Amino acid sequence: MPTVKSLDDLKKIREEALRKQQLKETSGKSEVIVGMGTVGIAAGARETLKAILDKIESDNLSDIIVRQTGNIGLDSFEPIVQVLLPGQEKVTYGKVNPEMARRIIDEHVVGGKVVTDYQIES
Amino acid sequence: MRELALHILDIAENSISAGAGKIRIYIAENLQDDLLKIVIEDDGKGMDADTLANITDPFITSRTTRKVGLGIPFFKAAAEACDGTFNIQSTPGKGTTVSATFVHSHIDRMPLGDITSTLMTLIIGSPEVHWIFEYQNGDHIFIFDDEPIKNTLGEIPLSEPSVMKFIRAMINEGLQEARDPERVEHQILTQS
Repeated sequence: MPTVKSLDDLKKIREEALRKQQLKETSGKSEVIVGMGTVGIAAGARETLKAILDKIESDNLSDIIVRQTGNIGLDSFEPIVQVLLPGQEKVTYGKVNPEMARRIIDEHVVGGKVVTDYQIES
Repeated sequence: MRELALHILDIAENSISAGAGKIRIYIAENLQDDLLKIVIEDDGKGMDADTLANITDPFITSRTTRKVGLGIPFFKAAAEACDGTFNIQSTPGKGTTVSATFVHSHIDRMPLGDITSTLMTLIIGSPEVHWIFEYQNGDHIFIFDDEPIKNTLGEIPLSEPSVMKFIRAMINEGLQEARDPERVEHQILTQS
């Protein structure tokens, strides 16, 4: 099947993203990690991660890396989300539903302020 | 778990934990034979015969001894609950293949569920893995391979908003075309 059209579209997206990158000073990338072990998935981790991806897309947020990982080892707090901002310690949040995930992106990842209401010890 | 897509996600997580570089997910719906088939194939570290023999036993798959593989007994039970079959093959150093079939029309068969969200989770969340997804509906097949996308993107991360939008649209359109080929007549964005 022809692939040319789609990859051409993607090349345009790449050019645009590169342009955007050059416009701002680089402060490093933020990382958001979602635990995706069996317990996490059963507790709704995929929906939590989806909410994070949708939020990034709808608010057009660049420089956020979203990762999934296996069992984080805190089963009773699943779904678990961890936020790692450049030069800061990792913050762990527990029982994160989609609404909480959106708040974490707004206040912590974008705003730089830890959402202490949801924070747990890891 | 109430969706087969969540089981697929869970099994694929095992493949990631096994250090797979390439993971292939295959889903086939065949209404003529009333069959739904799911295959998850990886090139990870594999398992020896002992581990393999025990892996479908939920009592041996205890989290204190081994974190990986907890979901396999669930997936097996889901298949067998609707007169399906379950098979796991593994070779140390070569990889593991998990396959299950389901009687498509069986009343206890879970819906496939949100395949796109499962794939987005895997593709965006584990970019170091080469993902191949194949969905077959009768004679119509949709193949998604993320390697050309990554090669084109270079240093741009997959979690870039416009990139995620592109990938999601590609998967949704491909699935839609394979599911309902007569309705979607325009050229679809698929990799071959």
